[in-house]
Amino acid sequence: MRAARVAGTLLARLTGVLFLGFALFHLLPGDPVSALTRGRPVTTEDLATIRAGFGLDLPLWKQFTSYVTALAHGDLGTSLAAHRPVADMLAERIGPTLLLTVSATVLSVTVGIATGVAAGWRPRGIGDRVGTGAAIVLWSAPTFWLGMLLMAILGVAAGLFPIAGMRSTESGGGGVLDVAHHLVLPCITLAAVQYAQYHLLIRSAVAAERHAVYVTLARAKGLPDALVRWRHAVPNAMAPTLSLVLTNLGFVVSGAVTVEAVFSWPGLGDLTFEALRGPDPPVLHGTFLLLCGSVVTADAIADVVLRRFDRRGGTT
Amino acid sequence: MTGWRPLLPAAAAGTTLTALGLLSLTVPAARTLPGNASGPHLAPPSARYPFGTTDTGLSVLDLVVFGAHRTLIIAALSTALALGVGTATGVLAGHFQGWPDRVLSRFTQWVLVLPQLPLAITIAAVLGPGLAQLSLAIALAYWPATARVVRAAVVATESLPHLERARALGAGHWRQIRVHTWPAVLPVVITCTTLTLGNALLSEATLSFFGLGDTTSVTWGGMLQDASGIGAITAGAWWYLLAPGLAITLVVMVCSIAGRSTEAALGRHQAHGLLLRRPRWRRSAAGEPAGPEPV
Repeated sequence: MRAARVAGTLLARLTGVLFLGFALFHLLPGDPVSALTRGRPVTTEDLATIRAGFGLDLPLWKQFTSYVTALAHGDLGTSLAAHRPVADMLAERIGPTLLLTVSATVLSVTVGIATGVAAGWRPRGIGDRVGTGAAIVLWSAPTFWLGMLLMAILGVAAGLFPIAGMRSTESGGGGVLDVAHHLVLPCITLAAVQYAQYHLLIRSAVAAERHAVYVTLARAKGLPDALVRWRHAVPNAMAPTLSLVLTNLGFVVSGAVTVEAVFSWPGLGDLTFEALRGPDPPVLHGTFLLLCGSVVTADAIADVVLRRFDRRGGTT
Repeated sequence: MTGWRPLLPAAAAGTTLTALGLLSLTVPAARTLPGNASGPHLAPPSARYPFGTTDTGLSVLDLVVFGAHRTLIIAALSTALALGVGTATGVLAGHFQGWPDRVLSRFTQWVLVLPQLPLAITIAAVLGPGLAQLSLAIALAYWPATARVVRAAVVATESLPHLERARALGAGHWRQIRVHTWPAVLPVVITCTTLTLGNALLSEATLSFFGLGDTTSVTWGGMLQDASGIGAITAGAWWYLLAPGLAITLVVMVCSIAGRSTEAALGRHQAHGLLLRRPRWRRSAAGEPAGPEPV
């Protein structure tokens, strides 16, 4: 019953993404193709090719049916710059984006929990002031600016890490260590912006648990402070953090898109960046559909997982 | 009684924001684009140019001060649009429960789940360059948060006894919203304003970096894009990046501090609290008998 409702919502939302994609690239007053290519060196033939590619010369209902039919066949059109099917280009970019987002999420959650618990356990202490202050500053900084600063300091000036790409060789060689070496700066940048909200959330959750009756009891039993904190207070403060990790995917993906563009990390964000530079409307359309569609799907999965693990809402 | 103390950070942040707004409005009137100030090209910070110079020999600090105008206009415009749409949606959904609520809330939830940046990027790219288009793209990506929070606040007031009383006395929807719901929702809208303003600033910067910014004038995001465009990072010209990025960070931080402390302060003084005048129904209104004494 619940699974059916989640599936229904998911289906409706995915249809919504489909309609939005169609509306943005077909329905908008004015000509999206000339808007996308304004001020760029594009010949009239190119314009005609793009229009025909989107079917903009057909009647609207025909445009929509052919749009849906093509999507159902996994056909997202052909890239203007690379002359390859957009679907293939998207497919090879998914892996790097997943690697970046997952590693940055693990890092930011770990750091956020560590600093958040310390800050929440002694609110207004020196650790809290420094930690929470740093979190708010990092949260307020533009992600790509932070990336550029890290790149300038650790990449260019200190020469510690490579500043672009995922591998040292063009041919796709280089081992796991090489990829990890390239991952350091993008991952730190993305995690730096993300960790603040985990820090702030777990800080207030722990600060709220600190005076709970069961914590007083644990202390009265004579348990050492660390045990009271990690075995009693923290597990109870974890629920909102877990739900934030899972429902925060849109924000993580937005951050990843920016970071990829800065570090030329060969994922979907970098592809979006290239599509805008191109200009390459079919590719932009493809990244839009894939990013929105996957976040919407992931949100539905997160919904199911959260309800499965939430022990409080047993009766509904 | 804690009184006004919890509101101090909010007041400080609000004052800073107002001062910044006034500054950004007056600065362009006082000086034109500092194009004639030809200093050394891409020089590091010095006594004369505290934040260095650009590749064309302009003072980075001057550009940042000059760019505040257009940057804050874009942020304010997109915030106004997002808040307008968000507040209207939230109030309508919360007040007229039933099917309008279901439709509007489903729609809001849907947009809320979509990743904001790819959404804003695509809308901005399709709309084309320009101040209005950029602001619209940002607003369309950021209105749902306001709508959801406002709806929750409206729903919370709908069940209060004084609204029930107003309805029993025959107050129309418009009067219910204007006199009874609105004062209770206003603090929430204020909090949303500051948070949306911060998000709008960050979006302006990010969209500019993606080449979708307003290129007709100087903005902080546009400066960062110019800096990366001329290869300031690999050239080691970190100063070109420093000032515009710091300016964005600072203003966003002020916004988020203002939002957080307003929220915290109002949490303590719930609706009809410190910031607001007494709701009108408590002062005996002409059309209605004086309300009951508050308990």
